[in-house]
Amino acid sequence: MANYAHPEVLVSTDWTASHAADANVRVVEVDVDTKAYDEGHVPGAIAWAWNTQLCDTVRRDILSKEQFEELMSSSGVSPETTLVIYGDNNNWFAAWALWQAKIYGHADVRLMNGGRKKWLAEGRELSTTVPTVERTRYRAKNADLSLRAFLPQVQQASAARSSSLVDVRSPQEYSGEILAPPGLPETCQRGGHIPGARSIPWGKACNDDGTFKSADDLRALYAGEGIDGSKPVIAYCRIGERSSHTWFVLKYLLGLDHVTNYDGSWTEWGNLVGANVEKGAAAGARG
Amino acid sequence: MNAEEYRERRIEVAGWPVNLASYRLGAEWHSTADNVSPGAGLARTTGATREEAEEKAVKRAEELLSRTKRHPV
Repeated sequence: MANYAHPEVLVSTDWTASHAADANVRVVEVDVDTKAYDEGHVPGAIAWAWNTQLCDTVRRDILSKEQFEELMSSSGVSPETTLVIYGDNNNWFAAWALWQAKIYGHADVRLMNGGRKKWLAEGRELSTTVPTVERTRYRAKNADLSLRAFLPQVQQASAARSSSLVDVRSPQEYSGEILAPPGLPETCQRGGHIPGARSIPWGKACNDDGTFKSADDLRALYAGEGIDGSKPVIAYCRIGERSSHTWFVLKYLLGLDHVTNYDGSWTEWGNLVGANVEKGAAAGARG
Repeated sequence: MNAEEYRERRIEVAGWPVNLASYRLGAEWHSTADNVSPGAGLARTTGATREEAEEKAVKRAEELLSRTKRHPV
C-alpha cells in the first residue's frame, strides 16, 4: 500500500469484505459516536465503546493490563487473532484502540483504511446483527511504555527541545482561539499550545475519502515541519485520540523509530498549574 | 442492507465549516454532521427524506456550534 514503511498494519475495505468471516480475524468498530455501530456495521464486526471499554473509567488512564486482557477475552480474541479495527471520523478511536493493542503487545492489529466512512460511501453490506463470540483466556504482554509519553517527558521535551512536539489539533485550538473542537465542551482552563510544538492537524494525513495519503505525501507533510525522524516525536491533541492517529501515521506509515502519544494532551497541559503555554497561530499560518 | 446514495458536502453553520453526509439505509435516510477541521461528530439524525435528515443534522450542529466561544489570542 502506497510504499508505507509497514503496510501490514493497514487493510483495505476490499480485504475486510473478503476476510471478515475468517476464523482468525476479528473485526472491531470503534466510533466517536458510539451509536453508529447500531445503525449498521461490517458484517461480523463487534463494537468497543471508547468511553467505557477503552479507558479506565475511574482513574484517568488507558486500560490496565488486566482490563485489556478482559476486553480481548470477552471479544473472543486470542494472541494469534488478526485484529482489524475501523471507525468513524477517519479512524480516530480505531487508532486509539490500535495504540493500546500495540502497548500490550498484540502481534497483528490493523486499521481498515478509510474507516466507516469509506465502507458506507462504497455502498458495502451493513449488518445490524451483533455476533456472538466464544470467550478466550487472553494473556497480554507487559505494557510497552515506549509508545506512550507522560507529562514529565513532555515537560523535558518542551524545555530542552529534545523531542519534536506535534500538536495535531485544529489551527484554532493550537492558537488558543478556541478551547475545544467547535461544538464540543471546553475542557481546559487555558488555550494555546505546548511551548515549542509544531501545528500539523491530524486531518492533513487523510484523503477526502478517509484513506491515508501516500507515503511520499506524508513524508513531505511532516518533513516540511521538521519531523523527519532526526529527533524523537511526541504527538498530542486534546484527549489523545487524534494524536494516536498521527502516532500511527508517523510510526507505521512513515516508519519513524521513536514516536510516542501523549494521551494526557491538552486536557492535562492546559489545566496544569504553573505551566507555560504559547498562544498564536503557527508560523506558516500567520498572515 | 447497504448504504445507498451516499453524499457528502461542505457547508457553513454558525460560522464554522461543517461536513454534512447523508445516505439511505432501507427506507430511512441518515445524516451526520461533523466539524471539518477537527473532524468531531456533531449530529447523527434520521428522516423520511434526505432533506429531512440533513435539516435535523444542521439544526443540531447549529445548536452546538453557536455555543462555541472564540477567545482573543
